[in-house]
Amino acid sequence: MSVDTATVRHIAKLARLQMSDAEVEALVPELNNILGWVEQLGEVDTSGVEPLATVIDQKLRLRDDVIDADPLTGGNVRDKVLLNAPDAQHGFFAVPKVIE
Amino acid sequence: MVELTTLTLTQLRDGFRAGDFSAREIADSFNAAVAAAKALNAYTVETPEDALACAETADAARQSGDLKPLSGIPLGIKDLFATVGVDTTSGSRILTGFKPPYESTVTARLRAAGAGMLGKLNMDEFAMGSSNETSAYGPVISPWKRNDGGNAALTPGGSSGGSAAAVAAGLAPGVTGTDTGGSIRQPAAFTGITGIKPTYGRCSRWGIVSFASSLDQAGPMSRTVRDCAILLEAMSGFDSKDATSIDAPVPAWEQGLSSDLRGKRVGIPREYRIDGVPGEINALWDQGIAWLKDAGAEIVEISLPHTKYALPTYYIIAPAEASSNLARYDGVRYGLREAPGGGNLDAMYAATRAAGFGAEVKRRIMIGTYVLSAGFYDAYFTKAQRVRALIKQDFRAAFERCDLILTPTAPSAAFGIGEKMSDPLAMYLNDVFAVPASLAGLPAMSVPGGLDGQGLPLGLHLIGREMDEQGVLNAGLAIEERAGFSARPEKWW
Repeated sequence: MSVDTATVRHIAKLARLQMSDAEVEALVPELNNILGWVEQLGEVDTSGVEPLATVIDQKLRLRDDVIDADPLTGGNVRDKVLLNAPDAQHGFFAVPKVIE
Repeated sequence: MVELTTLTLTQLRDGFRAGDFSAREIADSFNAAVAAAKALNAYTVETPEDALACAETADAARQSGDLKPLSGIPLGIKDLFATVGVDTTSGSRILTGFKPPYESTVTARLRAAGAGMLGKLNMDEFAMGSSNETSAYGPVISPWKRNDGGNAALTPGGSSGGSAAAVAAGLAPGVTGTDTGGSIRQPAAFTGITGIKPTYGRCSRWGIVSFASSLDQAGPMSRTVRDCAILLEAMSGFDSKDATSIDAPVPAWEQGLSSDLRGKRVGIPREYRIDGVPGEINALWDQGIAWLKDAGAEIVEISLPHTKYALPTYYIIAPAEASSNLARYDGVRYGLREAPGGGNLDAMYAATRAAGFGAEVKRRIMIGTYVLSAGFYDAYFTKAQRVRALIKQDFRAAFERCDLILTPTAPSAAFGIGEKMSDPLAMYLNDVFAVPASLAGLPAMSVPGGLDGQGLPLGLHLIGREMDEQGVLNAGLAIEERAGFSARPEKWW
């Protein structure tokens, strides 16, 4: 499988990366080179092999569903959460207008 | 008085405890060394006041007899670890000015153990790179030079390049690194220092900026195996905030150190003899085999048949996870925002990410998005996860025949800045020996073995069974004692 400029533009859109025509052109051979190289995995017979999901065997742990279970990761830290926002107003993250 | 920046972390700890020097003197020495080493570009942020404050606490603690394991020791912290109120940028423009209101679990543990912070260490952007050239804050320059008189600027390796350069140049007695596909071990090898990546899950990933979550693991880098054991003990341990954290006690690794390898079998994987690797690397590997024999180990040949597929597997899985993890940088919650006049939300996302990410990060996001996209998910991502299972099985089978595995750390000594930037694949090949252990989640370390013909350090690489950091450290110690590696870069900065 190989990519062309249209595919690269489509992937850039999915990845939410604005790209100039020159960047798209440059990425086509680079991605094809890398994808061509990873395609050697096709040589490996993986029939009957389960995809590895967790590298160290252990049960999935779930935390109790309670607010303020932990002073750092619990709730009631709105101002801290907003501290690094490029734009915060009235206790919310502010973004450009979404609905006209 | 002895120049404190030349001492190992163990010597500093013990000398401070014995009253040979104060924590304040240690902090002053390293703060001065950091301030005088701008030419290396190892630190992106310096925090001398933090190191001094912790030193004062340590000096008071020595008076009151209330010492902690790392009292008096100032550390450098890779800029991937969130540190309260101190810039955490992950080497990226997109996080410029980000000051986390929280502390990573690993650095919180190091602080609780008494350590101070000298500053934040430069790194490849989002840990994506093997040379530190992808950092938005410029490359780190290795303190080492070739002995050919050419004076070329060399890379300290990556992504923990600032960490490695800082230890090698005496700008910190120990540092944190992170390793996704070799980012602790390859820079350790390039700079003649020691670094260990523990079993996946030993160190909490909470508060460490994510790259590829199924692979990322923190670990220490320092001058000696004992130093690494001390730091790893302080960094490790269960954390309920990381769902992949291993709920097991942390062994007393320093206390358990022993270079007597009688009764241990060391496996030499035949697939790691790769064409095109310089003869010096293979010669050092043979020397390593001889050293481990001398320490009492029995050498056995083993096979890891899927070795050649490890790198392509990694370069599907890591970018896939990265493309997902890096979706959080959208100009809304933290970091850079680029909002073109009158543009909508989508335009803001795309413009922010275009301006904030560097070329290598964009390349990997694109690969990752592609291999996860509709129609290609099974062909690439699921396929890679199946091959990853086979790689893990290879190790499991090998460890029925041996207790440890010895290989070279990297396929070359440090290369020059700019030498490999134009060829992403050539750069990726740097981690050919390091990546398989990462895919299998195994503990692995690099210890310096010797110098190549140009006077540059070369590393030996030990891989252990799941949870057997002690075995890895012990074999590392056996090599360290026999290699007698004492070379230091000549100060030019």
